[in-house]
Amino acid sequence: MYPINPERDQLVVNKLSNRFGSAIESHEVLNDMLCITAQKELIPSIFLFLRDDLELQYNFLTTLCGMHYPETEQLGVVYHVQSFVNNHRIRIKTVTELKEPKIPTITTIWPAANWMEREAYDFFGILFEGHPNLKRILNMDEMTDFPLRKEFPLEDQTREDKNDSMFGR
Amino acid sequence: MAQNFTTGYWAKDIVTTEEPKEYNTLNVGPTHPATHGVFQNVMLMDGEFIVSTEQTIGYIHRAFEKIAEHRPFYQITPLTDRLNYCSSPLNNMGWHMTVEKLLGIETPKRVDYLRIIVMELARIADHLVCNTVIGVDSGALTGFTYLFQDREFIYEIYEEICGSRLTTNMGRIGGFERNFSEKAWDKIRYFLKTYPAHLQEFENLLARNRIFMDRTINVGAFSAERALAYGFTGPNLRACGVDYDVRVMNPYCSYDEFDFIVPIGQSGDTYDRFMVRQEEMKQSLSIIEQALAKLDRMDDKETYFAADPRFVLPPKEKVYNNMEALIWHFKIVMGETDIPAGEVYHCIEAANGELGFYLISDGGRTPSRLHFRRPCFIYYQAYPEMVTGNMLSDAVITLSSMNVIAGELDA
Repeated sequence: MYPINPERDQLVVNKLSNRFGSAIESHEVLNDMLCITAQKELIPSIFLFLRDDLELQYNFLTTLCGMHYPETEQLGVVYHVQSFVNNHRIRIKTVTELKEPKIPTITTIWPAANWMEREAYDFFGILFEGHPNLKRILNMDEMTDFPLRKEFPLEDQTREDKNDSMFGR
Repeated sequence: MAQNFTTGYWAKDIVTTEEPKEYNTLNVGPTHPATHGVFQNVMLMDGEFIVSTEQTIGYIHRAFEKIAEHRPFYQITPLTDRLNYCSSPLNNMGWHMTVEKLLGIETPKRVDYLRIIVMELARIADHLVCNTVIGVDSGALTGFTYLFQDREFIYEIYEEICGSRLTTNMGRIGGFERNFSEKAWDKIRYFLKTYPAHLQEFENLLARNRIFMDRTINVGAFSAERALAYGFTGPNLRACGVDYDVRVMNPYCSYDEFDFIVPIGQSGDTYDRFMVRQEEMKQSLSIIEQALAKLDRMDDKETYFAADPRFVLPPKEKVYNNMEALIWHFKIVMGETDIPAGEVYHCIEAANGELGFYLISDGGRTPSRLHFRRPCFIYYQAYPEMVTGNMLSDAVITLSSMNVIAGELDA
């Protein structure tokens, strides 16, 4: 378990709300980690602020992953960042419309985001604006679909000999 | 007559004879004996020196994140085996702990100590492979052939604990499938007795060897700032001088009760990475000894899973003779265990860095989304920056010292 630190969670929320106002849409503590939802346009400035503010110092991008929300027709990105100085982790979420899935890149802040964003593009089709080399990374270049989107079932849907309703999903 | 040196005929000559440099393109991999895995690098070479390199990855991509969305929780453990297959038990335990965090299962101390023994054995096995292979790439095959006997012995210990060797699928969510056998304890004790001498002998072969030092010192060096920006974790980050270790920063599995040193390097070169791993193996041995001492002091010798047996299969004789046990067994196997909705991130210090699991459950039988934070995938992208300007033979030894495992890289 990570050290739960409500004061620091509150500090992060206050500082971000003061700086970015309504761009910080919501915040909640899920299990043991503070989770902030932010508008996609301000994602690079939020991370720059989190990294360079002397009280916060979220200097390390832990991971980044794409998401698909079929019920709202949205794609999303979930970022995990942590501060080595304060030993604190937070999670930042942002969403974009499925029709025009554009999110500004954060490769300018952390070069580590390069491949992680390419992976999110590869599997979800999220277009990271300003990315230096946005192309497929794990799948082959000729592929046209984005396989981790929920509309692609893993099992063969034409089979009639197997009733999946017995198995929950 | 005084010669004008700036406009002399010979100065002009030099200018006119300067030709544009000619570079060669060299394709290394995807299957090449020097890459120890499926990595392709298309290198632009100026003679022996690397001007730039472009990596291609994904040759053994198996879509684990997609498959995980269609499998009940206990069936995801075999997928984690195949991430970093040099230290499968570490991945297994990391996944079990992630699910336990979601379910709110508190594991007993004895389970924690048993897990620590297995995890540290796995760390030793992984570091041993990496360090001996650095030796192989610098021309010293001897250490490799000798120390692999000890890796073989660690695999025998796994076999005693769970029945398999490489892809272990070890343990259950909540503990282990069975208690460690007497033979397993004997083997662990025997390993602790014999391995330090073998490790020291291996270190004596290489650590102060002039050829090895010349081949590794200042090769593939990386600064701490760049390493942090590139998301390095594990021994590679510690070799750059940053003392980040998940076991210490965010202790899990009762690691906070153990006394060990986090070794760090200075220059982040291949030699420092080698030495950091070397020291970590010694620390792991000390952790295992501490765990054994703690277990000896405990009265309880029987507990091997949490009081909450939601994922621990009942013993076979009960399944065959007892109705409730059969129902319970069936419930687990069919994935009908109740899972709360929620999302958790859990990370462990795997052998090559922070292995994280970001798990989102919507209350269904399978995860709604599972993302693996694979340390190799994140730090391998710094490889071009590390080898540019170095020679080709240095690039090979840098790659092996980074401990990039293809299974984890490609997921």
